[in-house]
Amino acid sequence: MSKIIDARGLSCPQPVMLTINELENTTETQLEILVDTDTAKENVTRAITSQGWQVAKIETLDDEYKIVIKK
Amino acid sequence: MKNFLASRRGIIFVGGVIGILAAFLQKLGNPGNMGICVACFERDIAGGLGLHRAPIVQYVRPEIIGLVLGAFIAAYLFKEFKPRSGSAPLVRFILGAFAMIGALVFLGCPWRALLRLAGGDGNAILGLLGLTVGVWIGTIFLKNGYTLGRTQKTYKAAGFVFPLLMVGLLVAVLLNPQVEGAEKSGILFYSLEGPGSMHAPLIISLLFAIVIGFLAQRSRFCTMGAVRDLILFKHTHLFSGVVSLVVAAFITNIIFKQFNPGFSGQPVAHTMHLWNFAGMVLAGLAFALAGGCPGRQLFLAGEGDGDAAIFALGMIIGAAFAHNFGLASSTAGATPAGMVATVIGLIVCMLIGLTMREKVV
Repeated sequence: MSKIIDARGLSCPQPVMLTINELENTTETQLEILVDTDTAKENVTRAITSQGWQVAKIETLDDEYKIVIKK
Repeated sequence: MKNFLASRRGIIFVGGVIGILAAFLQKLGNPGNMGICVACFERDIAGGLGLHRAPIVQYVRPEIIGLVLGAFIAAYLFKEFKPRSGSAPLVRFILGAFAMIGALVFLGCPWRALLRLAGGDGNAILGLLGLTVGVWIGTIFLKNGYTLGRTQKTYKAAGFVFPLLMVGLLVAVLLNPQVEGAEKSGILFYSLEGPGSMHAPLIISLLFAIVIGFLAQRSRFCTMGAVRDLILFKHTHLFSGVVSLVVAAFITNIIFKQFNPGFSGQPVAHTMHLWNFAGMVLAGLAFALAGGCPGRQLFLAGEGDGDAAIFALGMIIGAAFAHNFGLASSTAGATPAGMVATVIGLIVCMLIGLTMREKVV
């Protein structure tokens, strides 16, 4: 079970900030990020690729997205 | 489906379209370097509705209506219409009001600051520097845990309220059209002279704005976000859209002979450098704390974000106060009351940034 970052309901740039903070401090190689807007989904995917991580998959759950990322 | 408009090329395309259409709107009758200005046009709407009675800035601008409706259509078509609200709405209202006051001390929102630059108005440089400093202060608060909290999902109908409000405004304009030489038509006020009297044909303004609203919603175009992401993450994505807007508007202005370099005698502008700068520091900080420039707030409101709609309403009410209390600048310069209001606004925004934060672990 990988660690989950819950960025639902947060407006720009907080989903990206939460994610990058986590990436800088984590020792894990897989993380999950929950977001609820397409903007946050795009911003987070863009940000993590610039940090050397990759999107493993994006699941759509109701109105939300679960972004699974890997180093 | 991959969203082309959210790609790097997409945002550059959208910035370019906004720049070209804005310069066109100026050519077709909108005021100088004011093809589109979200702050100025919301201020004109406040005047058109009689919320303030400054005679030269009264016109229910169809551009604002179109921006919201364009974003609404895009969000609805692409299943991004997600009604939500509840992230400190009153604070967002206050941020909107002070953002407007700051913008009216400078005389323009970030979009107009860019258009003024593209039209050769050197005073815009001071405004853009101020905007950058304001956003930079905002990023410091963000790094220290500033947040207005999470939004909540709400009823679908709640997301329709702001777009319907815009439809209502459009109906009001159609039922109370401008009458040649008359200051009032039915319930709406019109300007006989000054910027409020200068406008492109209604249908063109509306259509251009719908196109821009549609594209901007899909691309997430945001001038404040452009500066913020550059400072915070060194991300140039949104910034490339802003650069594209300036370049496109500049080229179009050259073609239309609308480029007049200089500081003095610029349209709807003043040369008090300090207050051009300070007004936009206030506006930039308020935008950063609220999470979007005035344009972006309209697009978010179009996709169902009730908090962004509250920010926009805060701007309209802020504009009414700005003119009723003599806070807005004129071509003669900033007013003493406007200077005081700018300082008060900065203090209020600082307090919001300092006190509304979660502890950083």
